[in-house]
Amino acid sequence: MADATRDPVTGTMTTGHEWNGIEELDTPIPRVVLFFLGAATLFAIGYWLLMPAWPLGVTYTKGLLGIDQRKVVAEQVRDAAAERASWTAKLDKASFAEIAADPAVMRHVRDTGRTLFEDNCAVCHGVQGKGGPGFPNLAAGSWLWGGSPEAIAQTIRVGINGTAKDTRTAQMMAFGRDGILQREQVLAVAAYVRSLSGQKLGEAEQARVPAGKEVYAANCVACHGENAKGQQDLGAPDLTDANWIYGGDLQSVVNSIHGGRQGHMPSWEGRLSPTDIKLLALYVGTLGEAKR
Amino acid sequence: MIAALTVAERQRAIAISAALALCGLAMAIAGRDDLFGVHGVIVLLFGLGLIGLVMSQYFAPEPSEERLTRYYDDPTRVGIVLSLGWAVVGMFFGVWVAALLAWPDLTFDAAWASFGRIRPVHTSGVIFGFGGNALIATSFHVLQRTTRARLPDQFSPWFVLIGYNLFCVLAASGYFMGITQSKEYAEPEWYADLWLVIVWVTYFLLYIRTLQRRKEPHIYVANWYYMAFILVVAVLHIVNNLAVPVSFGEAKSYSLFSGVQDAMTQWWYGHNAVAFFLTSGFLGMMYYYLPKRAGRPIFSYRLSIISFWGITFMYMWAGSHHLHYTALPQWVQTLGMTFSVVLLVPSWASAGNALATLNGAWGKVRDDATLRFMMVAAVFYGLSTFEGSFMAIRAVNSLSHYTDWTIGHVHAGALGWVAMITFGSLYALVPWMWKVERMYSPKLIEVHFWLALSGTIIYVFAMWNSGIIQGLMWRTYNDSGTLAYSFIDSVVAMHPYYIARTVGGLLFLLGAIVASYNVWMTIRMSRSQAAAGAGDIDLPVLRGAGATLQAGE
Repeated sequence: MADATRDPVTGTMTTGHEWNGIEELDTPIPRVVLFFLGAATLFAIGYWLLMPAWPLGVTYTKGLLGIDQRKVVAEQVRDAAAERASWTAKLDKASFAEIAADPAVMRHVRDTGRTLFEDNCAVCHGVQGKGGPGFPNLAAGSWLWGGSPEAIAQTIRVGINGTAKDTRTAQMMAFGRDGILQREQVLAVAAYVRSLSGQKLGEAEQARVPAGKEVYAANCVACHGENAKGQQDLGAPDLTDANWIYGGDLQSVVNSIHGGRQGHMPSWEGRLSPTDIKLLALYVGTLGEAKR
Repeated sequence: MIAALTVAERQRAIAISAALALCGLAMAIAGRDDLFGVHGVIVLLFGLGLIGLVMSQYFAPEPSEERLTRYYDDPTRVGIVLSLGWAVVGMFFGVWVAALLAWPDLTFDAAWASFGRIRPVHTSGVIFGFGGNALIATSFHVLQRTTRARLPDQFSPWFVLIGYNLFCVLAASGYFMGITQSKEYAEPEWYADLWLVIVWVTYFLLYIRTLQRRKEPHIYVANWYYMAFILVVAVLHIVNNLAVPVSFGEAKSYSLFSGVQDAMTQWWYGHNAVAFFLTSGFLGMMYYYLPKRAGRPIFSYRLSIISFWGITFMYMWAGSHHLHYTALPQWVQTLGMTFSVVLLVPSWASAGNALATLNGAWGKVRDDATLRFMMVAAVFYGLSTFEGSFMAIRAVNSLSHYTDWTIGHVHAGALGWVAMITFGSLYALVPWMWKVERMYSPKLIEVHFWLALSGTIIYVFAMWNSGIIQGLMWRTYNDSGTLAYSFIDSVVAMHPYYIARTVGGLLFLLGAIVASYNVWMTIRMSRSQAAAGAGDIDLPVLRGAGATLQAGE
């Protein structure tokens, strides 16, 4: 231990402590530190007086301002809803046709529908609604369960093969795996189906088309219809257009026929409000606009 | 190194390693149907490896009594090397996980490389691997120098250092396999936690035993901070990890806490891990190496006292500011916020005390990159504690919470403060430990300094930008009264900042690699200068010997 000495640089005395060459100056605590310590403490005490702060057994000091975060958020939610009511009121009451004819409300539908769609639907259907392998394109105008706003709203509400009691249900049977069709028949009907949408077929494939037509008539007509245009009340897709959920190449079509398909869309009732569902149905209807 | 252990210490090392290996064997058998068994095998191999290591020099002659006249620095040397090794590994995974956010395909479809697994490898790697080893290594050094007492035995420092690294290995290997109790910064499961308790209590006792033997009347400030670090981390670790394992043959456990109590306990732990691991411990480091390197006395002893007690008292309350606007009762949020605000004063007092200590040594700061590392660290300590107190205010937090601003704040502290003070201290310490005049290349220290500083600045600015943009996008309403942006809009807006962040992190990683090379070459240099004989003045006070030995470092 060394004795206190004067530091030549600052002119301050040391404390006289020394550790392996390290010394300390006896500089008083700078006033500014004490000032801010006092000021910060006063702020804290003031805040405790005004806001909920200290526990008292089973309760706590409520604060002079009587502010409660739950009340505040409830008020803010209520105020925001009241502000939106200028246009959501019409959305709630009017029919789809009336709303679609009202450009003022439709402007809000486009604005709000976009974020609602991107936050809830885009993960499967894509930001622009164009779908992807396994997920239908909503911008193509080719609808499984109908493209009217009423039909779309119903699909959103109950989902497809979803959890709602009245969910839409649809299933394409596994014709190959379950032994309903032989391998040759699967190949044949795949060739026929591909020919319906005017795709270019290979020579061998072309030769299978007539046999495939017979297989189709015996097995597929019930759902996809004689003209293969599908049936929207059964959720059976149109096979004559260029839109394919699971792919329209030979291998994909064979896979669909062999193993069947059972797509899934969640039931959104309970997760989205009726207003939001109505709004999304209108918004989804606008997805194809740019194209058309 | 093993030859420096007494035969009794070698026997104790073998006995403990054998017990560890047996423990691993039992774990491997009990957990043969679970990932627990894999960790059993790792523990078994670790124990066997240690036995082999000790056996390799078991028959070396007993070390001479002369060793007791010197400080015991072997664990510090090994700790420095381990620390740098973990730094490179931990920062590499940091750069990877940063890149993953910009280019999600970089998981290569492998489960072990998914974000949720390599992110804790990064955080534990740098906090516990790099930071923890540096704290243990420097604490042994500082403790002995400032008490002028040798560590009480040669076995327990090794137990602490190696045991701690076993914990780190179990942590990181567990994350890759998906073993986690999903508490941030406390991910390792119950058996690793129990092991760390044993190691940490030994560390605490070792520290107390050495302090008891001190030849100085006063306990230096650095030791207050190291002690606070060791003691409080023990308390935090034990309470937050209270859990019931599914069985003694399975890795999975369930926390004692649930719901909002669990959240509060976790963030009481999490914030105090920042306070007592990443702040208190490194303040201990700063209080020794900065005045040493600057050759200046500490600016104010009195300021040290109020800073220390202010920091230790106030941090304890601050954890709830991580849970603003949640299910946590508002009064708890109020306390967290107000104590966080007051906390700014002792934090800035500490940073100011460090910077004012440099008065009279600013010329050295300009010329010496090692001291400049420490100076910049003190500046970043001041910046990030200001930012922390600011972000703890509820109104500010409503913008910053859940955004990248938080990540930017953490890295201003972790890169700017923790890593900078560590590198500065290691550059000061390494030549002393390996008895050479200076580091292999002062120029490379300079290179490292600028890599680290530019990396930190790029990183922090990128995250400030992205965080504030995110926060604003999430709260902007359109004139329909609904949200103007979808979440994916904000993700798209982040992309350029995530690339910038990766670049900043990469620069910092390059700096750590440069440092490791420089230290490695310094060690090689010391071997070629071996017989030069130096450092006889760096000695503890011997029993009954004169009291005025001056150390030269």
